[in-house]
Amino acid sequence: MLSCAVAVWAAWLLVRDGGARVADTVRHQSVTASASPPAAAPVQLRVEVPPPPFSEGVFPCSECHNEVDLPSNPTRRQLVDAHDEIVLKHDEEHRWCLDCHDGKNRDQLHLASGEVVPFDESYRVCGQCHGEKYRDWRAGVHGRRIGHWNGAKQYLLCVHCHSPHQPKFKALAPQPAPRRPMRPDR
Amino acid sequence: MAKNETQTSSVTRRQFASVAAAAAAGFLLTACGPRRLHEIPRDRLREAIKEWERDYSEKYGKAVTVSDAGPMPGVLFAMALDLSRCNGNRRCVEACVAENNQSREPEVQWIRVLSMDKDKGIDFSDADPYYEPAEVPEPGRFYVPTACQQCRNPPCTKVCPVGATWTEPDGIVVIDYDWCIGCRCCMAACPYGARHFNWGVPSIPPGELNSNIHYLGNRPRPKGVVEKCTFCIQRTRAGRYPACLEICPTGARKFGNMLDPESEIRYILENKRVVLLKQELNTMPKFFYFYGT
Repeated sequence: MLSCAVAVWAAWLLVRDGGARVADTVRHQSVTASASPPAAAPVQLRVEVPPPPFSEGVFPCSECHNEVDLPSNPTRRQLVDAHDEIVLKHDEEHRWCLDCHDGKNRDQLHLASGEVVPFDESYRVCGQCHGEKYRDWRAGVHGRRIGHWNGAKQYLLCVHCHSPHQPKFKALAPQPAPRRPMRPDR
Repeated sequence: MAKNETQTSSVTRRQFASVAAAAAAGFLLTACGPRRLHEIPRDRLREAIKEWERDYSEKYGKAVTVSDAGPMPGVLFAMALDLSRCNGNRRCVEACVAENNQSREPEVQWIRVLSMDKDKGIDFSDADPYYEPAEVPEPGRFYVPTACQQCRNPPCTKVCPVGATWTEPDGIVVIDYDWCIGCRCCMAACPYGARHFNWGVPSIPPGELNSNIHYLGNRPRPKGVVEKCTFCIQRTRAGRYPACLEICPTGARKFGNMLDPESEIRYILENKRVVLLKQELNTMPKFFYFYGT
C-alpha cells in the first residue's frame, strides 16, 4: 500500500518536472526566434545583439597582446603602462582582468569553466553570477528593447548599459519638470 | 357613414407633413451628419480619414497618414513598469509628447512622473511631480510614472454623458475628440489624474507634428476636449512598442499581449511582485507596476 503511494508520488513529480522543462524550452525558443538553429541545451541559445561597444581603437586586443610583443602575465597587479584609465568597481577585491578576459585567446572572454566566449556573447560571462538577471533578460523582461511586441525586437548586450568595469547604472540629468498650473495673470 | 370615417382618421394633412419632415430631417442628420467614431461605418470613416489627411497635411506642411487599423483578434494590451529600474529621468514624457502630438503651449503631458519617499512607499499624498535635481535618482527617492491605467473597469467611460470615450476590443480606452463636449466629468471620475484638458488652443510647431497618426489616437486636438494615453495606438496596432518604452534608458517599461502566455507581460505577472495603483477602487488597471529585482 505504502509503496504504491510512493510510486504514484514519484510519477507525479516526474510529470510535473517534465512539464516545467518543456515550458522553459518553449519560452527560450520564442525569445530567440531569430537566432541560429537551437542547440542541444536551450540555455545556451545565441541571442542576436548589436556589436559590443568597444572604446575607440582597443579591439582586436591581439594587435598589442600577442605572444611576441606582450606575452601573457597571469600575476594579479595594478596596471600602469596601459588601460590605467579603467577603474574596476565590480567585486574588485576578488577579481581582476583575467577573470573575464582570456589570457591565451586575447580577443575573447572566458567562463569560469575555461570555455572561451566571444565578446558578442558576453552575456554568458555576466550570467554566471547574475543568473536571475540573465534569465529575465532572455525572457525580455530585463533591459531595453526596441522593435515589435509581437515580432522582431532588438536586444542589447549587458555591457551596452552597464560598463563591465563599473556596472552600476549611471545617474542622468532629468528632463525639465512639468509647469505648475498657474493663472495667466500671476 | 363617409363623414364618420373622416372623423376617425385623426391625422390631418398638416400633422402628417410635419411628422414626415421631422423624420426626413432626423434621417438626414443621423445618416449624413456627424457620427461617433465608435459606430461610424467603414466607408464614412475612410472619407473622414481622407479629409483629415488633407487638412493636416495642409496645416502642418508635411505628408500625414491617418491609419484606421482595427484591434487584432485575441489581443489585450497591457503595460508593466519596473519600479526598481525607473530612475525618474522623464525621457518617456518627452518621447510621449513628440509621438502623440501633445500641445507644447499650453503644456499637455500624458505621463506624469511622481517622485516618492522610499520610507513611505507608494503614497500619493506625498508625491512630487515637480522634482528638479541636477541628477536622478536622488537618494531616498523612487519614481512612479503614471499615465492612463487602461482600466478594465474604467470609471471615465461610464460617466461620459455623450459616449465620446469607450474601451476598444484590444483594451485601449480611446476618446473621440470630435464628439467630446469638454464637460470634464471623465477627469473628475479618473482616480489617476490621467486625463488632460485642452484649456487653450493646442500648439504643435509645424515641423514637429508626428505624421504617423491613428484616427483614435494622436490626431491634433481642438481646444476644449479631453485627451489621454492610448498605449500609442498608432504604433501598437502596427505591432510596434510604445514610444515611452523604446526611449526608456533603463528599460523599465514592458509591453505586450496579456492573452499570450509567452508574452513578456505574462512572464512578469507570473514571476514578479506586481502592484496596482489604487487597487481598492476596483478599476482593474492593465498597467502593472513590478519589482524586477
